[in-house]
Amino acid sequence: MATTIADTTTAGRAPAQGAGFLFRAAAPEEVFTPEDLSEEQRAIAKTADEFWQSEVAPKLEAIQHQAPGVATALLRRAAELGLTSVVIPEEYGGMGLDFTSAAVVTEALGRDGSFAAWLGAHSGIGTLPLLFFGTEDQKQRYLPKLASGEMIAAYCLSEAHAGSDALAARTTAVLTEDGRHYRLNGQKMWITNGGAADLYTVFAKVNEKLTAFLVERRFPGVKQGAEEKKMGIKGSSTCAIYLDNVLVPVENRLGEPGRGHVIAFNILNLGRLTLGPGTVGSAKAVLAASLGYAKERVAFGKPIAGFGLIQHKLAEMAARTFASESVSYRVEGMVTKAAGELDWRDPAAGSRVLKAAEEFAIECSFVKVFASEVLDYVVDEGVQIHGGYGYHQDYLVERAYRDSRINRIFEGTNEINRLLATGMLLKRAQKNQIPLLEAVKKLQAQLLDPLSTAGGGKPAEGALAEQAKKVALFLLGISYMQFGPAIEQQQEVLAAISDVMMYAFVLESCVARTAKLGVRGRNAAAYTTLFAHQAMNEVERVAAEAVAVCSEGDTRRTNLAVLRKLTRREVADVVTLRREAAKRLVEHGKYLV
Amino acid sequence: MKIIVSVKQVPARDSNLRVASGGKWLDDSDLSYEINEPDAFALEEALQLKDAQGGEVVVVCAGPERAGSTIREALAKGADRGIHLVLPEDAVLDALSTARLLRHAVKNEAPDLILTGLQSDDLGYGQTGVVLAELLGYAHATIIMQVEVLDGALRVKRELEDGWFQYVTLPMPAVLAIQSGIKKLRYATLMGIKRAKMKPVETILAASLGLELGRAAIERVYLPARSKQSQILTGAPEQVAAQLVEKLKFEARVL
Repeated sequence: MATTIADTTTAGRAPAQGAGFLFRAAAPEEVFTPEDLSEEQRAIAKTADEFWQSEVAPKLEAIQHQAPGVATALLRRAAELGLTSVVIPEEYGGMGLDFTSAAVVTEALGRDGSFAAWLGAHSGIGTLPLLFFGTEDQKQRYLPKLASGEMIAAYCLSEAHAGSDALAARTTAVLTEDGRHYRLNGQKMWITNGGAADLYTVFAKVNEKLTAFLVERRFPGVKQGAEEKKMGIKGSSTCAIYLDNVLVPVENRLGEPGRGHVIAFNILNLGRLTLGPGTVGSAKAVLAASLGYAKERVAFGKPIAGFGLIQHKLAEMAARTFASESVSYRVEGMVTKAAGELDWRDPAAGSRVLKAAEEFAIECSFVKVFASEVLDYVVDEGVQIHGGYGYHQDYLVERAYRDSRINRIFEGTNEINRLLATGMLLKRAQKNQIPLLEAVKKLQAQLLDPLSTAGGGKPAEGALAEQAKKVALFLLGISYMQFGPAIEQQQEVLAAISDVMMYAFVLESCVARTAKLGVRGRNAAAYTTLFAHQAMNEVERVAAEAVAVCSEGDTRRTNLAVLRKLTRREVADVVTLRREAAKRLVEHGKYLV
Repeated sequence: MKIIVSVKQVPARDSNLRVASGGKWLDDSDLSYEINEPDAFALEEALQLKDAQGGEVVVVCAGPERAGSTIREALAKGADRGIHLVLPEDAVLDALSTARLLRHAVKNEAPDLILTGLQSDDLGYGQTGVVLAELLGYAHATIIMQVEVLDGALRVKRELEDGWFQYVTLPMPAVLAIQSGIKKLRYATLMGIKRAKMKPVETILAASLGLELGRAAIERVYLPARSKQSQILTGAPEQVAAQLVEKLKFEARVL
């Protein structure tokens, strides 16, 4: 069985289709990587980095303590350079650049969770609904002010009893008798930028159906609650927004009545994608701080960077950051490519971007889940490397540790995203958009043959990624056989399948990037081997649990044997790889590809 | 006012600087590159003079293909056009050769002023600007901290040693070698970066000019040998202090 499933089942299918990775091995040249950024995008990253170093970094302590006006002044300063309006068209005062350019800005300015929240809430979820769904009049009225930072934006979806289940919102909007206004009543919770925003995108129900509105702070009846006392990102503003008989002109309804869910869910897809580069920026900052500390700190007569257990942490932090960076930019590239050249004079441009993000919604969820969990790992080990000092607020890692935690919660919790990923896959299969059933059947037939673990001359890690995909198909097959459509109630199984697919997809992204880097990558090959080791261990662990719950007796034993065959691999000398990768990192002093 | 700024692309200070195996230059396998720092200040000075006086800023760079990104960075910050003298990737030129190339690029431009950084971060000759001025027959001054445009002339502030400064008035056209840190550098705004793609850059293959280049060569690049000598002074505190002062004055010569 030298050929992979994908080779035979997807002939003639478009290569860049959502969930397509499951049926087809990607050629490296199809995969977008950070090394493929254009000179212009690199120049933009440099400007963002210089702005960070010279203006944001010195103010981090003031931001952290919510010193009045500091964060908003920095946002406005960022706006002068164009950093808050990357994708806004020029005719509305923006830069008219692409989403990948926005991603590099997000990475450079994502190093501090609080400032990243200010920026993301303003120029991401705060501005994009208007850009994508606004009428010409709405865009004329508000976009230039958002681009220049004259107005700060916020996005109001969550409520006390409606978080992941946004459709449970209770805020209402009733058309007034004269038909000129909507009267909004309700409370919105966890509103990032809430305390300082001038323009809120508020979701409220018109006749029980979610609808979006552009609500200005100065409209009578809009009130902000007290700043919430949060675990992390303490320098960001988060509060409740109270809407008490707020009269919103009908011209400020965003999109069609009852179509608010389209806006809410599509913006979330982009938000999940953006979380990738943002957390990568944080992870690189924590790694650099940890490398610096490990080099300086002497214990038992030598710098702790010389100890194997510290090297283990440093190398794993870098390897997983590499994986997170690779998958984030890969999906960024997939969405950008699918959206095509954007001409904002074309009224359909916005919907093309959203369609592209929707097409790759599964991949966007993988980015969100994976990147947030990598950052949590990185900050955790960062604190550990710092020892007692890592527990002290004078050190960057202490703050990063607390700030990281929210990433697993917002933009849809990681649990919701795991369920969504498998759920969407099953829906697509039902609609015959993907050849899932054929692939599962094909695999089952192949499983009767003696297995070969080789993947036809591909590097070992590439073959492992293909094997992991087979594990996912295998689980999909046996779980559907066991539960039928009721599989949707089996959250643990759905999450396990999602994890297996995610690790396969991320590993494939690392393999492709490493191949493209070739000799230019000093650590990339080691990172990919290290990540393959971790990924396959995880795949095996979660898949075994799923197999066990899906079958019993002899069938379970047979299924577990199949799983063992599918995940059969040689363990590389990861200890030596980590030591060597760590040495190069320590010498370099920061993240190194 | 027409101002030419000569810039150089050099290995970035925060990249991994290692001596190449041949021992003649740096290992470029994972070098990143940036604009030479004093040149960035020369560019800033030129852009501020243009902001105040009007006119044109032309950026000139002799360097390999990759140095094009440094020219575009200057254009993104506000320079109007660029001239790229394209050298082979591994060319390391002496100051006279670089000055000859630059003279070729600027001789038909008839600038009022040529600004350059006072030295390069990689080779640090500190001669290119002065040699260029001599080749062109222009007035020149170095280590410039401040430039004031008078009627057809310049008044500049030079940094001397020990906190002394010298004010010099010189005629135009002139070449000024600019000191680092004299102004706050501007950012390349995103709009500037976007617009830079539209600005003209003339590329000239250095090899096509028939100039005599590269007579001087680097024999060996090496890290300074580290030697540490410790002396422990013993005795009563007053005596030790006196000995220390003696040594600092006459051995270390730092007092």
